[in-house]
Amino acid sequence: MKATPVPPAPLSDRFRAENRMGWKLVAPAVVMMLLVTAYPMLRALYLSLFRYRLTAPDDREFAGLSNYVTVLTDTLWWTDVGNTLFIMVVTVAVELVIGFAFAMVMHRIVFARGIIRTSILIPYGIITVVSAFAWQFAFSLNNGFVNSWLPFVAQDFNWFGSKWPAMFAICVSEIWKTTPFMSLLLLAGLAQVPQDALEAARVDGASNWQRFRKVIVPNMRAAIMVAVLFRALDAFRIFDNIYIMTRGAQDTESLSFLTYRQVIEQFELGMGSALSVLLFLSVLLIAWLLVKLFRVDLAAARREA
Amino acid sequence: MNHRASLTDRAAAGGSGRHSHDRRRAGARAAAVAAAALVAGCGDDGTGKPTLTWYINPDPPPPPGFAGTFGQPGIAERCSTDEYTIATAQLPTSASEQRIQLARRLAAGDESIDLVSLDPVFTAEFADAGFLWPIPPERQRAFAEGVLQGAIAGATWEGELVVVPMWANTQVLWYRKSFAEQAGLRMDRPVTWDQIIEAASAHGGKVGVQANKYEGYVVWINALIMGAGGEIITDTESGDDAAIHLDSAAAAEAARIVRKLATSPAAEADLSVSNEGTVLGPFAESSGFQVNWTFVYTHYPEESAVRGDLGWARYPRTVAGRPSRPPIGGINIGIGASTRYPEQALAAIACITSLENQVRFAVETGQMPAREAAYDAPGLTSRFPADLLSLYRESIQEAGPRPATPYWATIVNAILSRWHPPRSVDPDTTPEQSEQFVRSVLRGDSLT
Repeated sequence: MKATPVPPAPLSDRFRAENRMGWKLVAPAVVMMLLVTAYPMLRALYLSLFRYRLTAPDDREFAGLSNYVTVLTDTLWWTDVGNTLFIMVVTVAVELVIGFAFAMVMHRIVFARGIIRTSILIPYGIITVVSAFAWQFAFSLNNGFVNSWLPFVAQDFNWFGSKWPAMFAICVSEIWKTTPFMSLLLLAGLAQVPQDALEAARVDGASNWQRFRKVIVPNMRAAIMVAVLFRALDAFRIFDNIYIMTRGAQDTESLSFLTYRQVIEQFELGMGSALSVLLFLSVLLIAWLLVKLFRVDLAAARREA
Repeated sequence: MNHRASLTDRAAAGGSGRHSHDRRRAGARAAAVAAAALVAGCGDDGTGKPTLTWYINPDPPPPPGFAGTFGQPGIAERCSTDEYTIATAQLPTSASEQRIQLARRLAAGDESIDLVSLDPVFTAEFADAGFLWPIPPERQRAFAEGVLQGAIAGATWEGELVVVPMWANTQVLWYRKSFAEQAGLRMDRPVTWDQIIEAASAHGGKVGVQANKYEGYVVWINALIMGAGGEIITDTESGDDAAIHLDSAAAAEAARIVRKLATSPAAEADLSVSNEGTVLGPFAESSGFQVNWTFVYTHYPEESAVRGDLGWARYPRTVAGRPSRPPIGGINIGIGASTRYPEQALAAIACITSLENQVRFAVETGQMPAREAAYDAPGLTSRFPADLLSLYRESIQEAGPRPATPYWATIVNAILSRWHPPRSVDPDTTPEQSEQFVRSVLRGDSLT
């Protein structure tokens, strides 16, 4: 994240003092961040320049950028980029719609508020691995219930037997699990929409849809942006569901899973580090694109609140 | 016999293959000393009697009504002495996960790993990386005495016995007697894959195999290739220059059978995600065949209808005129390279892998002994049918092991990416493509 831009006008003493105070307050956090995140990141950057296997540390040799060349010219990398983007776009789009509906319910509900809000949030409290197992069993052809519930699906249809049905199952489990998070962020945004503006619109004869489009959404842009940004970056790093449900079979592998296989399963520390650096750069790129797309100044959003 | 000669030769020549291990171990030790400074005091109970930590793979659950300590923890209890206590620590269920956890900790010079239960498939990798404390030559000879040849092969790397076989696993063809009779298939003679696929297809049965995208699928592919007289890889000790033979007539034959089953009505609906566990249910419900490990016999309870109808035969042949090469697995016991108690660990291994403990373990868990003499022990012969025991012994003796190579995990991933799902296998193109791909992956030119 960028530092708060410094206003061009001559600074007041008070502003400067506040600024200094702010820096002092965040200093311990910054130092900790550098220790626990910057070091591993730099280490990965360094390791990515070597051909290096955990089980043959003596054979480590400098390889320059060849790991990056191998990755970027490999069709597997691009297939996995496609898979990951597909999962990200589909799940975030669906979650945005469902999440908005849930947020509206949680916002408007008058009776049994606590119970309804809690039950909407329950899936988010479940560990991803557990929810992945639950959905895998649900879609399983031996002990699942999905095949018998869906009338247009054959009883012995194997959801994990080919790419798109498997992708569907993965997306369903991801959407089920993380929609509550999306709706929670959107609920916070809904609370910021000024009531007087809504009432004024109603008095002016605006329909529900018009109020939603012209008053609620514009006032929530920062909240939507934060929700989409967080979820998109989370979805881009999807791992658990794929690990549990398909282990990357049928071409359902994501970039995180590819990286996991290289580093953890095959002990290729060099190649795996190159992949993790590329994954990191991809996440940065997506974050930057989303910020540009929504034209929202995060700092401004903060001050507004 | 050959093997024993090579052990002696090695010892006489001074064990030239061990120098690189010693160097690596020295490095690991230096790191371990630093780590020990941080965790000093752990592992001893203060009385000076050392505790050996034995990392075990999970045992099957004890049968209802079992009293005492079951399986490997039971062995640990019986093998603890006045000089040391053996404590067990459980590893993850899947062999791949066991490998990952152990390799990371051993690479970091973890001193608390004294004994490990290792799957034969990553023994070569661990030995090559110097993760195992080398067993002295004279102890190697004693440990190898009377152990089945198939089990010895999986415990050997570069002519040295690097781990000690504790139990051996093998796959046989399990079938429903009533179904074979109905299909008119004579099971007292060797059967081929073609025969069982055709018999199952014609009579509405299934042939259960392991074909999920995991190592178990490569177990099947390897057995098919070896059954046709081929080998996936030879000259494994030359590291990433090892010779790959996937573009061969034997591999084409294997690909033909995989395709034949995958596209036949004998394939289970979940073929592409099937494993050792998923084939059990359909086998119990309907009729047919499955290839699977020895645990199948104890899996179906004595009083169940399946047990009465359960038949067993040697692993099916790939080609009619050539004996099959059944898959082999099991567990070997190794010593962690950074252990503080190597002498005690050696003594503990001698007890853990003793004839008596192997028999008792087999009776308790159904996991077959690695020692030949154990198959005649009264405890075992009263628990299992005689023809099943002799089938196991024969299968282990003539098994077709997966290649011992430090790169097995990488090769498995590369093969899976070209041979999975089974329906996509084409005998004309898959063998050649997979050979190119495995080569390219081993050179570091492709991702897998």
